[in-house]
Amino acid sequence: MNDPPIARGFRGRRGAAAVGARLPPGQHLVTDFPVLSAGPTPEPDLANWRFTLEDGASPLAQWSWAEFNALPQTEFTVDIHCVTTWSKFDTHWRGVSIDTLLEAAGLAEPPGAFVLAHCDGGYTTNLPSEDLVDGKAMIATTFDGEPLDPEHGGPARLLVPHLYFWKSAKWVHGLQFLDEDQPGFWEELGYHSYGDPWREQRYDGD
Amino acid sequence: MTAIEAVAATKPSPSRRLQWLTATVRDVSDETPRVRSLALDVPGWPGHRAGQHVDVRLTAEDGYQAQRSYSIASAPETPGVTLTVERIADGEISPYLAGEARAGDRFELRGPIGGYFVWAAALGGPLFLVAGGSGVVPLMAMLRHRAAAKSGLPATLLLSSRTAGDIIYGAELQRLAEQGSGLKVVHTLTRETPAGWQGFTRRIDRAMLDAVGFPPDAGARCFVCGPTPLVEAVARALRDLGHAPHLIKTERFGPTGLK
Repeated sequence: MNDPPIARGFRGRRGAAAVGARLPPGQHLVTDFPVLSAGPTPEPDLANWRFTLEDGASPLAQWSWAEFNALPQTEFTVDIHCVTTWSKFDTHWRGVSIDTLLEAAGLAEPPGAFVLAHCDGGYTTNLPSEDLVDGKAMIATTFDGEPLDPEHGGPARLLVPHLYFWKSAKWVHGLQFLDEDQPGFWEELGYHSYGDPWREQRYDGD
Repeated sequence: MTAIEAVAATKPSPSRRLQWLTATVRDVSDETPRVRSLALDVPGWPGHRAGQHVDVRLTAEDGYQAQRSYSIASAPETPGVTLTVERIADGEISPYLAGEARAGDRFELRGPIGGYFVWAAALGGPLFLVAGGSGVVPLMAMLRHRAAAKSGLPATLLLSSRTAGDIIYGAELQRLAEQGSGLKVVHTLTRETPAGWQGFTRRIDRAMLDAVGFPPDAGARCFVCGPTPLVEAVARALRDLGHAPHLIKTERFGPTGLK
């Protein structure tokens, strides 16, 4: 492979080595919380909010907002990495782990190898089921101790911090377990199907 | 139509690996005191659709690299790629692109990226474009494409700038609007207005969108790009006015966001 061209006069802004070790390749650290989404932010409607687990087309379990918040809660303090190259360290979330949801639905393990997360506005994202269990993911309802802002996905968003942040889908209202992987919204549009920031899987083919 | 069906309608051709390509600066031109356009020659560029962006990667002499995303300003019909970059005071990449870079300089880019915030004349209209500041860049690609395709689809651009001197593409927009092709360009200035200014002098709000936009039942394709507060307010107001949510497409940026 050829060496990349040197951008004459470019010095860049180097972070501390300790920061660098926590940053996946091609990422830079931010302290604010940028917002990116494809369309209007949905109005929260907690009275009619439902969270559903499905096995293919069959419903497995459903919770109202009150029922969902009565489930055992989990807390994460994690680094998050957006495909647009910003990373944010030590973000603090609270919600219900996918393990807890499966258990509450009476399931010992995910009923399919893949998941399609369904969100308001028709947005979807696909993930392997194994990336959601064993404490790796939750449905988050608070950020930094406050109810999750609609701009950031409130009332509830999927949180899968070890993958690029578009996988942590905003305004999530259901998880559908599938036997076959089915690309979601951005994955259909050329983004990587898995999205591991440490392997810099930004786009299809990376 | 759901958002997913809308996506299927604009689905790109079969996937391919996005390779890093070498871009050579052909020309730079200042749009405003803080905003510069860079016309790039990019051998191997696969072409793009209006509204898409690229990732730019800069490599320093010692091998240090940094990358960011920038919207494409040029029409698909124009050879190469033109980026328009706003200099962010404490930015890492934009001071280089919008300050240091000059003709003959080389860096890497790959793309095109993003297949949702896109428009082509074949998708139809009307077209309602709403931007704040450098959020106009991907919308300009749409208007340049519209002109290149000789489309007469009704189009309106509502552009919010801080001062008259901060209006990006001002002369070109005026020229396009005067061609009689059905394009209307409306400006609002939020900080200071020159003597004799006849246009709006406030942030974009629901009343302004209602006054300058298309009626909700016209089925206008709405594209909104700018800083998050503007995009949130405009997208919400458009929805409240009765525009169908799946026709409202947004792209947001801040100093650390997409641009």
